[in-house]
Amino acid sequence: MSASYVSVLRPDVSDRDHSRGPEDAPVTLVEYGDFQCPHCARAHRVLPHVLRQLDGRVRFVFRHFPITSSHPDAMHAAEASESVAASVGEEGFWRMHDLMYEHQSDGPDSLDDRHLAAYAERAGGDAADVLRDLAAGTYEEYVKEDFMNGVRSGVNGTPTFFINGRRYDGEWAVPEMFAAALEEAAS
Amino acid sequence: MSDPSTILPAGTPAPDFKLRVTPDQSVSLADFRGRPLIIAFYPGDFSPVCGDQMSLYNEVLHEFRKHDAELLGVSVDSAWCHAAFAKSRNLHFPLLSDFEPKGEIARRYGAYRAKEGTAARALFVLDGDGVIRWSYLSPVGVNPGADGILNALEALGAHQPAPSGAAR
Repeated sequence: MSASYVSVLRPDVSDRDHSRGPEDAPVTLVEYGDFQCPHCARAHRVLPHVLRQLDGRVRFVFRHFPITSSHPDAMHAAEASESVAASVGEEGFWRMHDLMYEHQSDGPDSLDDRHLAAYAERAGGDAADVLRDLAAGTYEEYVKEDFMNGVRSGVNGTPTFFINGRRYDGEWAVPEMFAAALEEAAS
Repeated sequence: MSDPSTILPAGTPAPDFKLRVTPDQSVSLADFRGRPLIIAFYPGDFSPVCGDQMSLYNEVLHEFRKHDAELLGVSVDSAWCHAAFAKSRNLHFPLLSDFEPKGEIARRYGAYRAKEGTAARALFVLDGDGVIRWSYLSPVGVNPGADGILNALEALGAHQPAPSGAAR
């Protein structure tokens, strides 16, 4: 192979990121995802099975990678999650994250601003605040920063996973295979 | 199967080409002289994943253009197919059709998979003189991303002073 470079996560995971699981876990799994991407929604359904097998040995981090030309609502969805994170905290971010993936395929408008505001309310945020942040683009730069960091790390589509900082090009849709890759990193 | 050792390496003058970009228009390598050029060979339009390689490059176009670079996608699909693909993905860069003789240009760049009859996933970054400064062959199932291209463009910028008189 003519691999003249290896895709390595940069920057490292930090306080800037949204994470679930123990900070000192032996494995850090980073996902670059898009809330309107059906493959990411599928990964969202697979991940609980995978993480259960690893039983507390994984810290899961989510970074934004909206592919806006294919997914016109993905940018606002990402910004809405940041708006809720800012007002509610990490719990709010993860509730938004889960709600958006769970409802992604409800219909063609399931991630429009009106629905995002409703999810924000359910996640403990304030609908009006979120709509104001979306209109003002308050978190647009933050999301774009995630996106460009992803590009520079070799993110090549969504979802892209990094296991302990290295891009994982293997199978993620089969829980056993994904779990085996994480086990290997944990040992 | 194209052998990794056959893709044209850095330092090679890029082979010339003239390919259709729309059903009634063609472009050639010479049209891009004077600025960096990214040539991305890929197996085919409408790959079944979202966030595929061409959609990704479309999202990163503004970064490529910061380096004054132009991007060309090349596959063996016809110009009509490219038009439909570009429309469906909102692509804002040219897709060239290496359609007849099939794959001839991909072959010249060492980026043709004869058994499958498609281009390989191969990337080339050319300088303003049409010399290949970086090339990379990705396993065909692995989208190579854009980081290698951006690294190559940065290296190019570091070695080549901006052309005098060019508005930047």
